[in-house]
Amino acid sequence: MTELRELYQQVILDHNRNPRNFGALENADRHKEGYNPLCGDHLHIYLNVDGEDLITDIHFDGSGCAISKASASLMTQMVKGKTAQEARDAFERFQSLVTSEMDTPVDLEEVGKLAVFAGVREFPMRVKCATLAWHTMKSALDGKHDSQITTE
Amino acid sequence: MTVTVAQQRPMISPQVGQTTGGGLDVESIRRDFPILGRAVRDRRLIYLDNAATTQKPRSVIEAIERFYEEDNANIHRGVHLLSQQATFAYERARGRIATFINAPESSECIFLRGTTEATNLVAHGYCRPRCGPGDEIIITHMEHHSNIVPWQLLCEATGATLRVVPIDDEGVLDLKEYESLLNDKTCLVAVAHASNVLGTVNPIRQMSEFAHRHGAVVFVDGAQGAPHLPVDVQELGCDFYAFSGHKLFGPTGIGVLWGQHALLDDMSPYEGGGSMIQSVTLESSTYADVPTRFEAGTPDISGAIGLSAAVDYLNRFGMEAIAAYEDELLEYAHQRLADVDGIRLIGTAPGKVSVVAFALADAHPHDIGTILDMEGIAVRTGHHCAQPLMSRFGVPAMARASFAFYNTRDEVDALVTGIGKIREVLGG
Ligand SMILES: Cc1ncc(COP(=O)(O)O)c(C=O)c1O
Repeated sequence: MTELRELYQQVILDHNRNPRNFGALENADRHKEGYNPLCGDHLHIYLNVDGEDLITDIHFDGSGCAISKASASLMTQMVKGKTAQEARDAFERFQSLVTSEMDTPVDLEEVGKLAVFAGVREFPMRVKCATLAWHTMKSALDGKHDSQITTE
Repeated sequence: MTVTVAQQRPMISPQVGQTTGGGLDVESIRRDFPILGRAVRDRRLIYLDNAATTQKPRSVIEAIERFYEEDNANIHRGVHLLSQQATFAYERARGRIATFINAPESSECIFLRGTTEATNLVAHGYCRPRCGPGDEIIITHMEHHSNIVPWQLLCEATGATLRVVPIDDEGVLDLKEYESLLNDKTCLVAVAHASNVLGTVNPIRQMSEFAHRHGAVVFVDGAQGAPHLPVDVQELGCDFYAFSGHKLFGPTGIGVLWGQHALLDDMSPYEGGGSMIQSVTLESSTYADVPTRFEAGTPDISGAIGLSAAVDYLNRFGMEAIAAYEDELLEYAHQRLADVDGIRLIGTAPGKVSVVAFALADAHPHDIGTILDMEGIAVRTGHHCAQPLMSRFGVPAMARASFAFYNTRDEVDALVTGIGKIREVLGG
């Protein structure tokens, strides 16, 4: 059970049950669809970015496993009010956290709240679930409009 | 409908308290499969992903090893002793497999990579020259992607139209609709013998009779039929039957397409290369007879030999006995799982093969898969290469436990206990 508790931390379960910033964003100026064909995780990211490159609002909806949903929910909280560059940096940090070796110490200062996803490292098949929202957000920022991205 | 299924496969009613229906000694069978003795995450492996691929008995592993240690050479090419032995073993394998499905002639069995390649071969070799705009191909709503996409590609290339037979909420084909879809434009009907998700066994004999009235041929995807049911291609009345070795306790990389000799003989090659020719000049070639015409290049010789060893192993018990045992186990699994809170069983047709797909309220299949894996239980989660079927039942994905004749009631119990843990872990 300990690995499972590591994976399914209370914070993750809470975000899975009560996802934040959930639901379509009317009049979003960017929208991107993310899909993981292997497991059927499917989500949409809606973004508003102002002239200063500031993410003024971000929402998501769709269906997916606990890991993908909680990851999307936490991500929206984390990047809202940040600049596009800060969001990209957070993506990099998250990506290296979940793909690092199991015994690499987690730098809490660097990853903050996202540390709850460290348990994913034990489950290589689940890394895609955790990163789907992030990939989708990043490609929405990169301005590739209204097309679908996939992680598989 | 029910009657038709029952006619194809007599259901043997389970006796109360009996744990080895079909007269199988499952404990001893389990010892024949080395991998079943291994631990997964410090627990006994409970392997319930047999529809994806099955485990291999020692006799199959040893047959492959023996071939490489004693007989290995290329076939049909050398006059030396090893080449003769390898050729003999390969052709004997073909004969054993032909007998297993009661093919009238062993030359009607073509060795290919698996069901997928067989489907593509029929699409290219049979349909492509015969189909054009206005012609129709019929598939069903329960097909695996490998029995959908090759037909879509064919339709794109030829201008033919794809028609789909619907299914009801139990997962049973709508035969009335099937009958009305058939017409003189129908070139081919492609249908699974058994569904890899729903477990539904389709009434192939009846469907073939209907199709033949319109001059259409029937291709049966037997990937999930051959491992669970006695297969008699003459009794089924179909024109083509394909299956994969790895789902039939044999190795990966080998499978079989059976086809009526006259149809195969009339088909042009699918791939060109060595072995499949009669004579080659730099201008043109004439092609070998079936089955060699469709086996270009060096085939998977050890795979064919391994598959034949798998068939020999199954023949020790007989597919009737295996099917009877699995019927009982499935019945038990259905009963136990139906009692689980918040479960939805998907695929409840009568006379199913031993596959149980399910969804749980509040738990995504991917989380189910991970949590069960921590208990040593291997199930499949996802869309099972049948996305149209997921949409039909309104879910993005499902979990699936699929049983083989080495699985036991204890393992069903462990699955039910494991499912109980899911709620514990996910809360809510
Ligand atoms: C019903 C069905 N058809 C076809 C296939 C494809 O078999 P293979 O991948 O061995 O070619 C499968 C395998 O999952 C299957 O379950």
